[in-house]
Amino acid sequence: LGLGAAALTILPFRLSAATEDAIAAFTGGADVADGGVDLTAPEIAENGNTVPIAVSAEGAAAILVLAAGNPTPGVAEFKFGPLAGSHSASTRIRLAGTQDVVAIAKMADGSFARASKTVKVTIGGCGG
Amino acid sequence: MAEGVKPRVKAPKSASAGEVVTIKTLISHPMESGQRKDSSGNKIPRSIINRFTCDFNGQNVIDVTMEAAISTNPYFEFEATVPEAGEFKFTWYDDDGSVYEDTKAVSIA
Amino acid sequence: GNWARLAAQQALTQDQLLEFDTFGNVSLIHVTDIHAQLKPIYFREPSINLGVGGNKGEVPHITGAEFRARYGIKDGSPSHYALSSGDFASLAKGYGRVGGLDRVATVINAIRADRPDALLLDGGDTWHGSYTCHHTEGQDMVNVMNALKPDAMTFHWEFTLGSARVNELVESLPYAALGQNIFDAEWDEPAELFKPYEWFERGGAKIAVIGQAFPYMPIANPGWMFPEYSFGIRDEHMQAMVDEVRAQGADLVVCLSHNGFDVDKAMAGKVTGIDVILSGHTHDALPEPVQVGQTFIIASGSNGKFVSRVDLDVRDGRMMGLRHKLIPIFSDVITPDAQIAKLIDDQRAPYEAALREVIGQTESTLYRRGNFNGTWDDLICDALLSERDAQIAMSPGVRWGPSLVPGDDITREDLWNVTSMSYPNAYRTEMTGEFIKIILEDVADNIFNPDPYYQQGGDMVRIGGMAYAIDISKPQGSRISDMTLMSSGEAIDPSKTYTVAGWASVNEGTEGPPIWDVVENHIRKMGTVTVDETNTVKVTGL
Ligand SMILES: [Mn+2]
Ligand SMILES: [Mn+2]
Repeated sequence: LGLGAAALTILPFRLSAATEDAIAAFTGGADVADGGVDLTAPEIAENGNTVPIAVSAEGAAAILVLAAGNPTPGVAEFKFGPLAGSHSASTRIRLAGTQDVVAIAKMADGSFARASKTVKVTIGGCGG
Repeated sequence: MAEGVKPRVKAPKSASAGEVVTIKTLISHPMESGQRKDSSGNKIPRSIINRFTCDFNGQNVIDVTMEAAISTNPYFEFEATVPEAGEFKFTWYDDDGSVYEDTKAVSIA
Repeated sequence: GNWARLAAQQALTQDQLLEFDTFGNVSLIHVTDIHAQLKPIYFREPSINLGVGGNKGEVPHITGAEFRARYGIKDGSPSHYALSSGDFASLAKGYGRVGGLDRVATVINAIRADRPDALLLDGGDTWHGSYTCHHTEGQDMVNVMNALKPDAMTFHWEFTLGSARVNELVESLPYAALGQNIFDAEWDEPAELFKPYEWFERGGAKIAVIGQAFPYMPIANPGWMFPEYSFGIRDEHMQAMVDEVRAQGADLVVCLSHNGFDVDKAMAGKVTGIDVILSGHTHDALPEPVQVGQTFIIASGSNGKFVSRVDLDVRDGRMMGLRHKLIPIFSDVITPDAQIAKLIDDQRAPYEAALREVIGQTESTLYRRGNFNGTWDDLICDALLSERDAQIAMSPGVRWGPSLVPGDDITREDLWNVTSMSYPNAYRTEMTGEFIKIILEDVADNIFNPDPYYQQGGDMVRIGGMAYAIDISKPQGSRISDMTLMSSGEAIDPSKTYTVAGWASVNEGTEGPPIWDVVENHIRKMGTVTVDETNTVKVTGL
């Protein structure tokens, strides 16, 4: 059981205006299809300050990652060069509370695909 | 300027021509988000590494733009194609203008 | 006492407890969640252990008379006392204490007499939970377990010794320290010190034992104590390990798990190729295996109260059959192994005076297990309210900690058995009503989320000074209502601030006296404690 942990806000799972704006800036307002990009993240974060995530989208030119529930949603944009061995990457991110992490892939043909995953950030503290 | 910034890279020393290899990188850096306040209530200004690139013999592998939500001591794992013998070059760009570099040579086995 | 010994010996014998028709060509012996209980204790099983989602009404989420009906256990029988709740205090007088690693040793030796190469597997939560374990930083348990000669072990509370001590003890072990899900946090690679699996050749069969440590270690316990490690369920890596050992010719794949029972069931539904999961962490004791697909899950209880024996017929690269017995360790019936008894006493000798010191007496059964409250925790919450001058008290819903029966002395050892840990500070702080609700909602979701992969295997945080209602069928944020401050009878105001005392915070730098001092001071003032069953939590959505 935690004490003095940052107060968590349990957000409803819809995207904030700032997140929608960030997606629009990346896509130029184009349609975004569900699927075609893989986003791996833990069900429960071991530590909200360092949450491992991985993105992968075969043939993608770039993948944008957003944390929809953070004060500012931007996380990272991965651009794949000619010597990319795969269109995938992993990193570690900060999440201010339980929220959706969103990945948008820009495919080589100019289309866009998205995936999202809810990551729970818990106060924790009890166990068997 | 962030102190004690130290890049570390795990990459194979040799590969066969055309092989896809896994690369892992870490760089020690506080990644001050710009969201925190100091003891007198003033916002601590943002100071992060904002870009990371990996190239091999001058050709790009990956180019990452980073925001403040990337954790302290930024970590990246990705794959690269090694077409020939040569050198990986890794570059991290700090908000304060500092540029940190590391290189790893790869031979063809 | 003598009367209990006589009664227990009239009802059952050591031969009956050990009776087993040796079967097949491989034997597994499973012990788990001993929580450093070297000596016989009382342990009351839960009367409330609710299942949610697909596990609603499934074992181990049935208790008391319903549990006995399910397994055909007669009221008042030894199995009633050992496995279920109801009439605990009177049955405890008749059947006496349970456990004691010297008795466990006798059982292990008897199985080894039948099958000399039986594998002894320890599911973890071994190096935690007593005065002597705390003061020796786990060395007492390592010394005694080493004498029992286990073949492999996995981990949970061990890590709360801090990674430096864990590493030191693990390096000293003469057997395998396993955890396919223990990773180096920095590079996200399997931690070198913990192997994913170990090979054994038994009865002509090639056996792989894969370890699975507690997945939510840095969440349920203070991650700052072992920052080098990362855990998680990692079922894809588990599948890769199963495939790897199968490809290398494993005839039998055993998973030594500290997932908790519901997580093991869920994992068995996703990972194919595991023959037997030896389940730990949630402290369930089941007299029969539970089958999921082709996988059999064995639950062996806690606190040294049970030993599971699993005999297997392994032929032609596969498991053909299984015979299982959950052996209850009735301490007045099973003769202690003299050598282990002496070794245990040696570990305790430097601390014997402190252990025996009587702090008070109890007129009530003191127990912990149950989803919402236990009388031990009610007593701890009372101590926090009065000794820390707080309006509301919080005590973690852990599942370890033996029971006491009415008329018992409360010794320092008894008190440490339910409070011993490496982050014992009893904090006193202010929280808003809104934040208290957030905590309750957060903990409730760790228990009642219908997806077992979101469950951490504890019980609800215990609350003193406040009543509330919980609808376990609702999602996070909507389960808790009707929070009422008992001292005033008023509803908790989300914007108002309350003084809250608690212990076992996972946050670094938590300040306050250790919980055992707080509770000892309280009990000494009371002299004799009486704890009535409380009804401060109203549960719906069953
Ligand atoms: Mn346990
Ligand atoms: Mn455990």
